[in-house]
Amino acid sequence: MDIGKSIGLEYGLPIRNAFGETLREIGHENPNLVVLDGDVGNSTRTNYFRDDFPDRFFNFGIAESNLIGVSSGFAASGKDVLAASFACFLLCNAYDQIRMSIAFPKANVKLVGSHSGISIGEDGPSQMGIEDIALATSLPNFTVLVPADEPSMRAATRAMFELDGPVYLRSGRPEVPIVYADGFDFEIGRANELRGGDDVTIIACGLMVAAALEAAADLSEEGIEARVVDMHTVKPLDEAAIEKAARETGAIVTAEEHVLNGGLGSEVARAVGRLQPVPMEFVGIDNTYAESGKPEELLERYGLMPGDIKEAVERVLARK
Amino acid sequence: MANREVSSAAGMEGRRCPYNYAIEELEDTAYRLSREIIDMTTRAGSGHPSSSLSAIDVMTALYFGGIMCYKPKEPDWPDRDRFILSKGHGCPALYAVLAEAGFFDPALLQTLREIESPLEGHPNMRVLPGVEASTGSLGQGLSIGLGHALAGKVDDRPYQVYVMIGDGESDEGQIWEAAMAAAKFQAGNLTAILDFNKFQQSGPVREVMPTLEPLTDKWTAFGWDVREIDGHDMEATMDALRDIRRIEDQPQLIIAHTLKGRGLSPFEKNDVNRKHGVPLTEEEAEVALEELHEQRQVSAYAHAEFEPEITPEDRYGEI
Repeated sequence: MDIGKSIGLEYGLPIRNAFGETLREIGHENPNLVVLDGDVGNSTRTNYFRDDFPDRFFNFGIAESNLIGVSSGFAASGKDVLAASFACFLLCNAYDQIRMSIAFPKANVKLVGSHSGISIGEDGPSQMGIEDIALATSLPNFTVLVPADEPSMRAATRAMFELDGPVYLRSGRPEVPIVYADGFDFEIGRANELRGGDDVTIIACGLMVAAALEAAADLSEEGIEARVVDMHTVKPLDEAAIEKAARETGAIVTAEEHVLNGGLGSEVARAVGRLQPVPMEFVGIDNTYAESGKPEELLERYGLMPGDIKEAVERVLARK
Repeated sequence: MANREVSSAAGMEGRRCPYNYAIEELEDTAYRLSREIIDMTTRAGSGHPSSSLSAIDVMTALYFGGIMCYKPKEPDWPDRDRFILSKGHGCPALYAVLAEAGFFDPALLQTLREIESPLEGHPNMRVLPGVEASTGSLGQGLSIGLGHALAGKVDDRPYQVYVMIGDGESDEGQIWEAAMAAAKFQAGNLTAILDFNKFQQSGPVREVMPTLEPLTDKWTAFGWDVREIDGHDMEATMDALRDIRRIEDQPQLIIAHTLKGRGLSPFEKNDVNRKHGVPLTEEEAEVALEELHEQRQVSAYAHAEFEPEITPEDRYGEI
């Protein structure tokens, strides 16, 4: 992938690796942590934890419903629990189990879905989690985190264990550009402004944050100063940051590697409509499934490149 | 290793079962709780009395026969034995048992299904002490129980986890996912009880899902210790519950042959589903309570079609 390279962003580890490394570190600090796997530990990177703590690692095979139910029981008996699989298998296959065994009883379970979005590439649409944010956000009691890069994934992995209650953390497969410098603040529920600007605000999550920064740099050359906000917490949403952006910039574009229905854009629009109505445009996957291909080919085909964000900004500014 | 008491001797300190009734007391208790089930559901005007009555004898044995150790005034006691009603619609039985055991005021039974009541239509662990899992979406309780059981193994705690599942519920694939995994992890501290009352919502189990049986063969093949009992025979139930405690490294299933509605005529008249999810009218309730009083003990095996899976003919013959 080349996203962000033109503005000098460097590529870090795949965020799933950053997650796996951090989980292993937490395992050393917290002997009460157990990790549950649906036979994809080498994909989600929970295998790093397994290598150090085989007695606290459980592979339940390819059976996500049971995986979720068991995680709830572990939590009810007082364990700190993390269960991981592909985003689509976890959220789509075991949705009722997540609803009934985790969300409803507010079980202290952390769920991690890797292989989110279409940038997983060649494995194709059966493996792509593109509805997971909407599904997780719909669940009462859930916190939903979509980190953008390696450092923020490390921070998010740590932060979610500070919460008592269900969390969905979206992980991903490809190497992605680093958008955070050392020493940044990561607080669940508080968006981070990564670039200042008063003409328009781009609110993004995940890989789209880097794409938004590239789009903003290109727009700046045309004299348009775009604010870029990393909305790493889709739920609970940082409504204060949204209201401020709407008031100060008067136009908002959202960008996410997810279907447009029910994702970040929908959530932001709900806040904007209520708090400070301004014109909006939405970058995301428009009511379709993708196919196999190289990550960047897919991002291009489905309108998730920096150029697509730039065009959305131009559209929204025309309506401002 | 002989039994879990020996293996976890350190954890046994202060482990005392609050009730240790003899058979006759258990039968008397089950009788009274059966009355409560009929009373509360008829009063509520909805609920699943027949699914509760099939389960009440086994649940009485668990909570009052000295099988389960727990502290009603300390429901989160880490070493407590756990009971999960996976077939959550049978919760009037659970509520009656928990009230009798002292988890909450029995007067609450009269508030079943009311908006301000913690006795919801299906169990909610967040609002009622003693409820170990929120259930009602079928198929999930055995997995939750397995989580408790594995946590007990990780933390070397001495408790046993009991999960009651339904026969119709066993159509759910998750039951078999959990069965597979429990055997893989040698969860000897997990006991499932199958309330085999032979009817699910739209008809007899043998019509809705004839291939659910043979159950003994299936669970045995999944790696479980399996035994069958007449789930209304208190002595046989107690014997089975005591006997399985000797099993260290293998999950156990007790197939409890039961009568949906516990043989009471207002339920028996319905050959489709034994009045699944339908409370008795006040007139029917009167009849049922009278019958209960006259005949406290019933036998599932007395019903010819409910014989245990003894021969291949029984298993495959008349499906």
